[in-house]
Amino acid sequence: MDAGTQPPAVAASDIRPVPVRHFGRWVSAAVILGLVAWLASAAAASGAVDGSVVRHFLFNHSILEGVRNTLVIAVAAQAAGIALGVGFAVMRLAVNPVLRVTSWVYVWLFRGTPVLVQLILWFSLPLVFEFMAIKLPFVDVYLYRARMVDFMTPFKAAFLGLALNEGAYMAEIVRAGIISVDEGQVDAAKALGMHPALTLRRIVLPQAMRVIIPPTGNEFISMLKTSSLASVVLYGELLRRTQDVYSTNLRTLDLLVVASIWYLALTSVASSGQYFLERRFARGSARDVPETLLARVRRNVTTIRR
Amino acid sequence: MVRAEGVRKRFGRTEVLRGIDLDVAEGEVLVIIGPSGSGKSTFLRCVNHLESVDGGRLYVDGELMGYRMKGDRAYELKERDAARQRSAIGMVFQRFNLFPHLTALENLVEAPMRVRGERRQTAEARARALLDRVGLGEKVDQYPAQLSGGQQQRVAIARALAMEPKLMLFDEPTSALDPELVGDVLDAMKQLAADGMTMVVVTHEIGFAREVGDQLAFMDDGVIVERGAPREVLSAPTEARTKAFLSRIL
Repeated sequence: MDAGTQPPAVAASDIRPVPVRHFGRWVSAAVILGLVAWLASAAAASGAVDGSVVRHFLFNHSILEGVRNTLVIAVAAQAAGIALGVGFAVMRLAVNPVLRVTSWVYVWLFRGTPVLVQLILWFSLPLVFEFMAIKLPFVDVYLYRARMVDFMTPFKAAFLGLALNEGAYMAEIVRAGIISVDEGQVDAAKALGMHPALTLRRIVLPQAMRVIIPPTGNEFISMLKTSSLASVVLYGELLRRTQDVYSTNLRTLDLLVVASIWYLALTSVASSGQYFLERRFARGSARDVPETLLARVRRNVTTIRR
Repeated sequence: MVRAEGVRKRFGRTEVLRGIDLDVAEGEVLVIIGPSGSGKSTFLRCVNHLESVDGGRLYVDGELMGYRMKGDRAYELKERDAARQRSAIGMVFQRFNLFPHLTALENLVEAPMRVRGERRQTAEARARALLDRVGLGEKVDQYPAQLSGGQQQRVAIARALAMEPKLMLFDEPTSALDPELVGDVLDAMKQLAADGMTMVVVTHEIGFAREVGDQLAFMDDGVIVERGAPREVLSAPTEARTKAFLSRIL
């Protein structure tokens, strides 16, 4: 080698490593901040959204009831959807062909039609059936009998529509989780004398949870928002209550901002809950443990400076 | 303890087992060797009815495995009954198959508690003793992912023993291990054999076969080509196929 191209002799301890500079981050941050400021000033100048109206209705009694009802219907429908999903996923993977086909048809039907149509359909049952009754066969004894109009309340229609629809999606998520578990696990459980139900409950499902939880958290966040469709069957959830208010005072945009703030708050809480669940079910695996929310914020803040 | 009579098994159109006859006495160690695809592992999985058979019969401790005779027909047992039969037979797999969401100790007490209905105290006491015996007394609270391959396989052996089996099946227990980890696992198996456990071992460890085996069977193409005392089969094979196989691996 030519003497002139040799690097200057520097002791290894004198070298100061400098990470790659990311000037693009500063430029993009400036552009985004500028755009946000411009939009905010435009909105303020137009007077379309009145901050005092928003503040006034944010904690309005009726709106808060709507928030509570949204939570109730979303949690109830999601819980029922998970139960249905586990049931139909197990049926889909069963040896019995009747169960497999039943499960397939359920998913095909409820995933293949819009949830809005399903909601309206349940709510419209009183138009077709006058009575809802459970009757003992052959004798004239009713265990339950009511007029369909009285039975199919807005809550029941919303619950049936959202839960049955969610069950179809959850069935596919749970099925994916179950088949992601190594077959050797089932072999090992069988070889120890565990019967199929025990193997499923103790060995397969706990491992499948790691695959099932992230999309389920996603489904619940989605459910919090999809539950707004229940407004069309007159269930008093957040959007319905919001509409009730702006149909009288005509502050449409202000009230929709109020609803959006509450939806954002609910989904934010739900997504942080997802972190804790994922960490809980990452037991026994060295990698893939999601960092805590705080660690993530800290990392993002420190890396932008580099 | 194990008795196979003309066991046949077919996967689709390929016949994997074409009439296997074997006898393993109580306390005896049978080592099965042979090229991959010869049906060794499939035969092992038929012994505890992880696979159904298409012909022949398999008895463990005098009990017909996986089927119930009624007249001249064999009715396959329901999974619950097959599970009860399997609970008395330990099995160790090539890829360990420990339950990754449970600690070593939890891996060992799961089946004794859930299958045999033992109390936690009893099951844990035995589990700790077993982990001690395979040299892993300090690893009780570790998850499988925190253990080396050799340690995992020894936990798997202890897990099988936790059910106090009368027969142990080993399906290439050292094939997935780094060479320096094989010794510990083989030692655990040797100790088990010395304690009088009846074992059927599918392996490529010829040294183990010679030292520990009471009987050696060479399998090829779904049949047992040659069977006898390990030293004789290994040093003076009579069949051409056995000779060819041994010359390739020794």
